[in-house]
Amino acid sequence: MPEFLLDLKEQFIFTFIEDERWRYLVTGLGNTLLITLFAGIIGVVVGLVVALVRSSYDKTADGARMTFGRFLFSVLNWICKLYLTVVRGTPVVVQLLIMYYVIFATSRNGVLIAIVAFGINSGAYVAEIFRSGIMAVDNGQTEAGRSLGFGYVQTMRYIVIPQAFKTVLPALANEFIVLLKETSVAGYVAIIDLTKGAYIIIGRTYKAFMPLIVVALAYLSLVVFFTYLVGRLERRLRNSDH
Amino acid sequence: MKAAKLLSAVLALVLVVCLFAGCSSDEKSDTLYMVTNAEFPPYEYYENGEIVGIDAEIAQKIAEKLGMTLEIEDMDFTSVIAAVESGKADMCLAGLTITPDRQKSVNFTVSYATGVQVVIVKEGSPITSVDDLFGDGNYKIGVQENTTGDIYATGDIEDEGLGTVERYNKGADAVAALVSDKIDCVIIDNEPAKNYVEANEGLVILDTEYAVEDYSIALNKDNTELYDKVNNALQELIDDGTVQQIIDKYINAD
Repeated sequence: MPEFLLDLKEQFIFTFIEDERWRYLVTGLGNTLLITLFAGIIGVVVGLVVALVRSSYDKTADGARMTFGRFLFSVLNWICKLYLTVVRGTPVVVQLLIMYYVIFATSRNGVLIAIVAFGINSGAYVAEIFRSGIMAVDNGQTEAGRSLGFGYVQTMRYIVIPQAFKTVLPALANEFIVLLKETSVAGYVAIIDLTKGAYIIIGRTYKAFMPLIVVALAYLSLVVFFTYLVGRLERRLRNSDH
Repeated sequence: MKAAKLLSAVLALVLVVCLFAGCSSDEKSDTLYMVTNAEFPPYEYYENGEIVGIDAEIAQKIAEKLGMTLEIEDMDFTSVIAAVESGKADMCLAGLTITPDRQKSVNFTVSYATGVQVVIVKEGSPITSVDDLFGDGNYKIGVQENTTGDIYATGDIEDEGLGTVERYNKGADAVAALVSDKIDCVIIDNEPAKNYVEANEGLVILDTEYAVEDYSIALNKDNTELYDKVNNALQELIDDGTVQQIIDKYINAD
């Protein structure tokens, strides 16, 4: 084996095998995936609801009479707008710190707090992605649905959202990738995620190269794998285009 | 006319080159770059936007002795030793304890102060002595990442399955978490601990000590010339009582 490979091997053993330091990365990987997955689910649910409120309100704005129901709807729309403004207007680290030290000050479960914080954050971006998708579906589709006797909800459920979903899939995958990488700030609140795991190893070994490269490769492989999955899903959805 | 223009252009160029060359060579020998983590009162902390404290003053005195200007940079505690090892900084004063692992990466000078690792708890906590941490309470222990408190707690408690260690970027973050009951105690150096307890009502420091350790200055292993100079200067400052004066000014003033 050439010299530099032997050297790398030695460094690898020192960095990860000695004192079982690889455990920090395994714990970190687990937490990163856990936070990303559940925050992603919360994000999609919150995002879909907000997007439906916002787009329905805008679509039905023309000639709507100011009934009590309409008034409630406008309040709801206003709340959604406020949510989007606040969440998109502040950095995710600050939101996480506020969640950890202020809002959920009494909770001892850091990972859970991170899931909620990242979920709420992601929801705002997903909402705008969904809204763009819903608005992109031609109004004729809604009119056709309605004239066939579908209610508004049914039209949305069976005609508009399926088409919108296909349009927004690339943007949605993009948001998920961003979310995965954004969770790297979870270390701020003492959660061991992938990045924090590397950081702990750096602090123990005083060597930065190995842990950082390995963690970068870990994120990269996760993103490449996920992109591959989305690619397959897109191909499947395209089948209905014929 | 043309020749004069050309000449002036060449002269300007030479001047600029000299300026740059002068900068790089002069600054290297005249400035002493120190790194620290300025979250560690009274050893180093911010006051009116300046990094002050025992370490900052000792470093200043050493720089004066060597006829150099001191420049302090604040960074994460995790990175301070790596900064010295990679040559980004000349030395590190950060209430840094001499440990065998750290000695593999940097050279330590003589010790200039003693640190004590203590345990901060909330008043009325079930933890009443250090020994309780090794019981079956399965406590959550807050530390500042990669400090000796972290290293001890990880080795003695977490790896033995007796509890979990929560690693915060700053000591103050760990204390904030203790105040809101996210963790059960904080292991940290005695002097910052006193500051934190003073600033937050309802916190106490346990009487028993977790560990006693020696603070020292870390320097690059390759730069033995600077190491000798700094080590000698520090020894002189210890011998003539300057170091003790500085420590007394910050710690025994009350």
